[in-house]
Amino acid sequence: MRASILKQGSVLIASVQGSMTDADLAQMRDELVADVRRYRATGVIVDVTMLDVMDSFAARTLRGIAQMIKLLGATAIIVGIQPEVAFSMVQLGLTLEGINTALDLEEGLALLKELRIDDHGR
Amino acid sequence: MAAELVVQIRADADVLIARQKARELAKPLNFSASDLTLIATAISEVARNIVTYAKHGQIVLGIVTRGRRRGIRVVAQDEGPGIPDIARAMEDGYSTSSSLGLGLPGSKRLMDEFDVVSTVGKGTTVTMTKWER
Repeated sequence: MRASILKQGSVLIASVQGSMTDADLAQMRDELVADVRRYRATGVIVDVTMLDVMDSFAARTLRGIAQMIKLLGATAIIVGIQPEVAFSMVQLGLTLEGINTALDLEEGLALLKELRIDDHGR
Repeated sequence: MAAELVVQIRADADVLIARQKARELAKPLNFSASDLTLIATAISEVARNIVTYAKHGQIVLGIVTRGRRRGIRVVAQDEGPGIPDIARAMEDGYSTSSSLGLGLPGSKRLMDEFDVVSTVGKGTTVTMTKWER
């Protein structure tokens, strides 16, 4: 199942579906990175609310997405990690260190706004 | 092991199928939502190892009992290259591919029982069990 990517102003919102294969995730990564450039996006939110399992491959892919987006000059935020998924990630040893996360889409958009203002205020 | 279920693992899409089948099998048991996620995540890791290292293999799922307690047993079998150094493979961060190297040690932490038997050139069998509360 493919991810859907929405554009809202200068923000891209990618929704990860529950049953995405490794290939689907990799395709989402490629599309997102291309879209950041195409739409000159300043922020990207990756919504993983529907994701029922975050294994080491999915975590590595998400970390890669966040790092690539940062290299392009935009800010990435992962939102919607479910409590059970967070529990399992910690047991597994996955940390997503250095990656912005937020509770849900709403909080993610608020954090994005905050981070961009901080950036411009420097 | 009663009620066995075999999922052939040949591609990354099969990893999802194995996860799904395990959730269905474990649902009638007394597992919390967190436990179900832990089991699904461990299966994801060992099934992915099959795809990455052995190309194909199978995941055998079953219900096991110990006294009145029930559990789910997951056996991941392949006839791949095998693991030369199991002790190292069980260390966090050790990987011979470009992965994070958390698959085996991580899965061990997610489950209650965990055992790896591997012979170089013959294949690998990972057996892991999660008991209900």
